[in-house]
Formats: sequence, structure tokens, C-alpha cells
Amino acid sequence: MQLSPYSFRDGLRDGLPIALGYLSVSFGFGISSVGQGLSWRSATVISLVNLTSAGQVAGVAIIAAMGSLGEMALAQLVINIRYLLMSISLAQRLDGGFTLPHRFFVSFGITDEIFAVASSKPEIVGPKYMYGLILGPVIGWTLGTLLGGVAGEILPAAVNAAMGIAIYAMFVAIVIPQARSDRGVLVCAAIAVALSCLMRYVPALSRVSGGFAVIICAVLAASAAAVLFPVADEAEQEAEA
Amino acid sequence: MSAIPLWAYVLVMAGVTYLVRMTPMVLLRRKIRSRFLRSFLRYVPYAVLGAMTIPAIFHSTASVASAAVGFLVAAALSFRGRSLITVAVAACAAAYLAQLIIGFI
Repeated sequence: MQLSPYSFRDGLRDGLPIALGYLSVSFGFGISSVGQGLSWRSATVISLVNLTSAGQVAGVAIIAAMGSLGEMALAQLVINIRYLLMSISLAQRLDGGFTLPHRFFVSFGITDEIFAVASSKPEIVGPKYMYGLILGPVIGWTLGTLLGGVAGEILPAAVNAAMGIAIYAMFVAIVIPQARSDRGVLVCAAIAVALSCLMRYVPALSRVSGGFAVIICAVLAASAAAVLFPVADEAEQEAEA
Repeated sequence: MSAIPLWAYVLVMAGVTYLVRMTPMVLLRRKIRSRFLRSFLRYVPYAVLGAMTIPAIFHSTASVASAAVGFLVAAALSFRGRSLITVAVAACAAAYLAQLIIGFI
């Protein structure tokens, strides 16, 4: 049985930068959630059990708009479908110590950043390393939400109003650098933005609720980009790397 | 129709998100071969973020004008490759200052 060389401490160390990043992003989520009527306690619990940014922002919007549970389920499925791919990919790089219970626990912690770090390790990874890697980000994500939520409840209204933009500014900061270097991402995001504006401002379309609007825009834009700019085959990708 | 309790929303939200992450790791051990599907999954995050951010960002502060200022600052700093936290703080500060000025005139 092949075992990973990485320890729990290695995981903790690799997870620290992610935890610090999450602390600030989730602060924005906490503020915006409280702004939409949730308590800081609800926002904190949502972060602890979901551990995902875009899905939570969409989810809170659906809660605020009193959308249906079906809309909630479908929105989470579409927005988080990328974790499916990451989970498949990560499953190929687990060591022999990864028994079924470990898979049940560790899969909870798959996020964009955790996946990226775990995948970038030269050797296969084991459960201990993964628990170390996930622990910091979970704490950072939950604590940041708590702090943001509490700040949202006690800060003056004018400050809160301005901080409502924080989480969206971070989304901008995720997309723009990628769009600069990757035409497929650029075209994909541009189509999504155009569709999203249509859904919001064209009277007949604006009756579609926010959660469904995001699903429709995302599926159409990602499909168009996948046809126009298909990604390289895995063999080609490995040759590039 | 009675209101849906918060815990039901949170349960559905967390349940679906967990199932998406857990199912392949527990059940499926193969790689996705379809090139379209792999491309689609690669682009979904950016499609989701694009659709969620615009136009919602313009309605995220006290006025469209202050939000637009915040957005421009965020876009400019992101273009120059600044970190998430820098971009976020600068956008908040810009929106706050813009709102102060709008209130003043």
C-alpha cells in the first residue's frame, strides 16, 4: 500500500495562506448576509456547513427573496458543479490510507483553493495531510463570516452600505486576471454578464428569480465557451505543464 | 403558503453542495473523457461569477453611482493583478467616499 509522505503539519502549513484569504472574503459575505436580513449567527452556520463563496452568496439571495427549495437545490447544483470535477480529479491522487470514512469527511473540504493546493503536491496525498489542509480554511471561513456578520450589525449604516460591494469586488478580482490571460474565460464571462443584464433589465425576463437567472446565464455562457474554446486534452495539458 | 423555515433552506443548500463534492470521491474513480464536459466544467466558475457580479454589484451599495465608482476601482486594481483583499478594501473605500461626496452635493 502506497502512503503519502505529507504530515498533518504539512497540511496545516499549506492551508494557512488559504485560511487568511478566506478570512477576508467571508468577512464580506458576513456583511452582505446581515445586510439582507440574516442574523450573524445564521450567516456563520451557513459558512460552517457550506464552505463555498459563490454558492452561499446565491443561496442567501434566494433566502432573502423567499425562493423555493427547488430553486435553492438547482442553484447550488449548477454553481458548485465544478466541485464534481475537482472531486473526480482529486480521487485519483489519494494514497492507500484513504478509506471510505476518510473520503466522506475530506470531500466536504473540497474548494477551489484546497483542490488547487492538494493537486499541486508532487506526491499523492493522505487523509492526515488533507485534514491539516482543510482545518485552517474552515476556521478562517467561519470566523471571517462571524466577524463580518457582527460588524454588519454594529457598524453605522453608511459604512455597511459601502461594504456591501466587498464580496462582488472579490469576484471581480478572481475573474479579471484569469480573463486577461485566457480568451475562453474572457468570452465566457462576457457572455454571462451580457445575459445577466438582459435577465435583470428586460421586463419579460426580469420576472425570472435571481437564482434561476444565474443558472440560465451560467449554463449558456459556459456551454458557449466550451464549444468556442475547448480545453486541451489531458495528455496535452500534462505536456504543457 | 407558509414561509419556508431558514433551517430548511440551509439544509438543502449544504446537502446539495456536499453531495456534489462527496459523490465522485466515494463512488466514481474514473476520469471524465468528454472534452465538452471538461471544458464546460472549467468555464462554469467564471460564468457563475460573471452573472452574479454584474449587474448585482451596481445595486450593492447606497446608490448606483457610488457602486459604479467602487466597481471601476475594483476592475482597475484587478487588472493590475492586486490581491483579493486589496481590491475589496479599495472598492469599499471608493464607494464610501463616493457616497459621501454624493450626499454633500
